[in-house]
Amino acid sequence: MTTARVWQWSGSLLLLAAAAVFPLAFTNPAITNYGVYTLIFVAAASAWNIFSGYSGYISLGHAVFFGSGAYFTGIATRDWHYTGSQVFALLPLAGLVGAILAVPFGLLALQVRRHTFVVMTIAVFFIFQLMAYNLATTGGTSGLLAPTINYNAATYNNPFYYAAFAIAAGTITLSWLIRRSRFGLQLRAIRDDEDRARGLGVRATQVKLSSFVISAVPVAMIGGVWWYYTTLVDPSSGFDPLFDVAVALMAFLGGLGTVAGPALGALIIEPAELYFQQQVSSGYIFLILYGALFLVVILIMPRGILPTAGELITKWLTRRKNGTRPTGQRPPVGASSSEVDPTTDDSQGQSPRASTASGLA
Amino acid sequence: MSALLRTEGLAKAYGGVQALNGASIEVSPGSITGLIGPNGSGKTTLFNVITGYARADAGQVFLDDRPITNFRPERVFALGIGRTFQLTRIFPSLTVLENMLIAAQHKERSRNPFAVAGGPASRRHAMELLEFTGIVSHASALAQTLSYGQRKLLELSYVLVADPDVVLLDEPAGGVNPSLINHLATRIRELNAAGKTFLIVEHNMDFVMRLCDPITVLDYGSVIASGPPDLVRNDPKVLDAYLGVGDDES
Repeated sequence: MTTARVWQWSGSLLLLAAAAVFPLAFTNPAITNYGVYTLIFVAAASAWNIFSGYSGYISLGHAVFFGSGAYFTGIATRDWHYTGSQVFALLPLAGLVGAILAVPFGLLALQVRRHTFVVMTIAVFFIFQLMAYNLATTGGTSGLLAPTINYNAATYNNPFYYAAFAIAAGTITLSWLIRRSRFGLQLRAIRDDEDRARGLGVRATQVKLSSFVISAVPVAMIGGVWWYYTTLVDPSSGFDPLFDVAVALMAFLGGLGTVAGPALGALIIEPAELYFQQQVSSGYIFLILYGALFLVVILIMPRGILPTAGELITKWLTRRKNGTRPTGQRPPVGASSSEVDPTTDDSQGQSPRASTASGLA
Repeated sequence: MSALLRTEGLAKAYGGVQALNGASIEVSPGSITGLIGPNGSGKTTLFNVITGYARADAGQVFLDDRPITNFRPERVFALGIGRTFQLTRIFPSLTVLENMLIAAQHKERSRNPFAVAGGPASRRHAMELLEFTGIVSHASALAQTLSYGQRKLLELSYVLVADPDVVLLDEPAGGVNPSLINHLATRIRELNAAGKTFLIVEHNMDFVMRLCDPITVLDYGSVIASGPPDLVRNDPKVLDAYLGVGDDES
């Protein structure tokens, strides 16, 4: 195992342990409240990244799964008369609902590429929001209320925290497994050049759809946790366009297409947003900050914190190793022809017309 | 000997432009067939139709006498036709080795979707090919850090990793320095000696005349000549197509 790998593993385990004991170390419900919401977004952003980060297809419709997970959990709780901790048992079913919805959604939206795909996801999102407003079973504009829970006030947040923690940890593990797998490699090849990938035997439609469905599952599950924790879902909060902007921003900030980047982005943005909402009376000012932050990230650090930091560290290490020339650099001027690697020089050859004429003459 | 790859009367129009107009070519097994013609004569369109990147309006493509007309690119590749592009197409944000593993993945039989990309055998084979083409020292570098010539070699390497029956090279020597052209020609010859069949589109006539036999010439989407280099070189129709001289006074 390389030193970098050892650092990665020990860092991840340390973070996992810290997150596991967080509600035991900080018992103030106001603090654990931050923990619950942050983990909800860690899970959502990491799940979104499994599709959008790896394939390069930016989805602004994952709120469909979040809202559907919340609504499914709400409707099932109401109709099946679930109470207390029983409700958490519905979360895997919420994930299944997300997966089932993702199949026709994906089949439809993935007919088109890139920018058009983004528009398609937004359109589907609004269809779902409208359905939530108008269907009888969703409670219309009033939404669905969660039943009252008789948890101890001091540790009330903990079950929600650990449910979100389990989903977030599971999603990050899944994301890691996918990234190193053949499936993940195919997704990343699609991100770079989909047509070329198809020409090398990648079944692009199947790969994209599978990753879309996989990414929908944790988002729907975490939607269920969110509904039970906030105790209410209505069409505007369950199917919230800001949810999609938030998860995309988190992934972009931390590092799109990396395993830990979206989680890092969520760890930075979500607590900041909660803090800001509490401190500033007008909650909508954070929307302006959202927009500004998005612009800053795209303009200054389009690849996100982790890839940029990784690049800087590599540069620094390369500089420390004197005499090692970076990959692709030309050999020093004056090197004898026998030393020159024919593959490194990229000078242009003769013009086609000139070589054609001389070859035929 | 019957042709390994054959097209019959292929036609393809883009709007009012007839890019292919009844193009029929044959690639014999074990040959290095050259495909030449002036700019806009339909060479790349022919490649695109053969490999499924463009649909033929009419005509047929056969691989080993099996019709493969208008098959999707992934299917054409799986059946044994690998190709490179005129403007090199690699996966820039993947490492050089990962680029190789993409082409190798369809051969892996593991059903586990979370199996680590590239088994030991695939990785070994990929490294051997990178060694063969001379870019093995860049295996763990991101493909975007490669020079233009190295990208050409990477594209050739990852097409070879899948061990296709026929390799279609679209201007392998275009924009590449002379020493790398020689390197490339040597590698193609070695692969051909080992039994690999090539169909090469190229504007660099020295490269084509030294390497290819037979040579097929396209003009306005149709084949105007085909045969050994010396015959094609002196064919009046070919000279006319390239240089505008020949029988236009008659």
